[in-house]
Amino acid sequence: MQWGSVSEFFAMGGYGLYVWGAYAVTAVVIVAEMVMLVRRGRTLRAGAGRSSHAQSD
Amino acid sequence: MAATAGAACRAVVARDLLIATRRRSDVLTTFFFFVIVVSLFPLGVGPQPDTLREIAPGVVWVAALLAAMLSLARMFGADYADGTLEQLVLTPQPLTLLVLSKVLAHWLTTGLPLVLIAPVLGLQFDLPGDALATLLVSLLVGTPALSLIGAVGAALTLGVRGGGALTSLLVLPLYVPVLVFGAGAVTASATGLGVTGHLSLLGAMSLAALVFAPWATAMALRISLE
Amino acid sequence: MNWLKYSSPQTFYPLAGRMVPWFMGIAAVLGLVGLYLAFFAAPTDFQQGDSYRIIFIHVPAAWMSMFIYMVMAFWAGVGLAFNTRLSSMTAHALAPTGALMTFIALWTGAFWGRPTWGAWWVWDARLTSELILLFLYMGYLSLVAAIDDPRRADKASAVLALVGAINVPIIYFSVKWWNTLHQGSSVSITRAPSMASVMLIGMLVMVFAFWAYSIAAVLMRVRCEILERERGAAWTKGLKDS
Repeated sequence: MQWGSVSEFFAMGGYGLYVWGAYAVTAVVIVAEMVMLVRRGRTLRAGAGRSSHAQSD
Repeated sequence: MAATAGAACRAVVARDLLIATRRRSDVLTTFFFFVIVVSLFPLGVGPQPDTLREIAPGVVWVAALLAAMLSLARMFGADYADGTLEQLVLTPQPLTLLVLSKVLAHWLTTGLPLVLIAPVLGLQFDLPGDALATLLVSLLVGTPALSLIGAVGAALTLGVRGGGALTSLLVLPLYVPVLVFGAGAVTASATGLGVTGHLSLLGAMSLAALVFAPWATAMALRISLE
Repeated sequence: MNWLKYSSPQTFYPLAGRMVPWFMGIAAVLGLVGLYLAFFAAPTDFQQGDSYRIIFIHVPAAWMSMFIYMVMAFWAGVGLAFNTRLSSMTAHALAPTGALMTFIALWTGAFWGRPTWGAWWVWDARLTSELILLFLYMGYLSLVAAIDDPRRADKASAVLALVGAINVPIIYFSVKWWNTLHQGSSVSITRAPSMASVMLIGMLVMVFAFWAYSIAAVLMRVRCEILERERGAAWTKGLKDS
């Protein structure tokens, strides 16, 4: 294990802002994409179940 | 009257040129837009000759790109609106050649004027003589590529919401190589380096566009019109 | 086994649904392994300190952004050539994930560049090419959004994607050339420190993690596209939260 302590881990040798800034935004983007897709899917499946007539667009 | 492909192409070019002379404002607007945009940069950047000489190739070329883009709507727009385009697509003549004719007429009315006025604008930026010549040649070789690539974008967005801005978004990334080598040629000339490499690549791009773009444009026109 | 039967939206929908959890699982496992390697196994770099650890997400995102564009152009082309709706839907589904990967590559590239080269944005050849790739994605998405008729949107965006795909190497080459012309020495902020093997393994694991994730996200989105486009078809009735 190369990190002496938890605070050292977060400091990333002084580059903490950059490393965590990069990783955090990446995580946010990925989670956001997932959440949006799950919600979109749920809405569509709920709506599809409810419609009883063929619709013409 | 039996029409050959060649006769049809000549007819298309002649018609478009005639329309351009009748609607001179379209052509002149593009031209003056180019001149104005180029003249804006010194106002924004400051009049230092050294700075201006350095940015001149990029400025003139970017302005040429923007002017080309603005004029794209006119390539097919009017004909699409009055139904002529549909007739063109339906003729037995190869659509690729007819498209090429339209692009040629478009370039003659929008690209060529830029080529001719560019050296004068280059003088505003105190470019040396060799660089002015390179500017003219680079635009001469490169603006056909702009018209050809632009034709694909114009054909894809016929009658679509968001028109001009959308076409720009589609076409500008594809213009980047032409910009890089066009402006690069002039910069090289101004700094005393060789220009043949740049101009050759520019020529290659225009040739490649000449071969592929009319075909892609014809496909796009059929998609837009069906 | 007749794979062609999955080329219809109706049969592909449940298949995709079964595949999603598997790929999410693979992505999660590989991601955890990769992150462990990135933070606990890979040593601190002599030159760049710990800031280089951004490479473990920057490079995978950049590779995926380019790979996804090519796959998107491929399926768009198939849809154009064979008139298959599902192929076009797949292309539409690939674009947003590709664009997000491009954004991640640009963001992480900026955050890597700042401590390494002092500026949030350097006109590095690879970053500039990524930026143009983002514009290509945005163009594709804008065109699809602007055209109301779905079939016209499918075909027009396919032409655009194919033209873009052909241009990507040309654009990359010209940007690379432009970059070396204007910088004395061609320094690239995305050049990794000479890689110890554990760094390389970590990066490769993350590449596969991103790949698995992208597949899962795209499959989820294709299912949404299918439901939207096939609305009204009998088989879409009575679909619960599946």
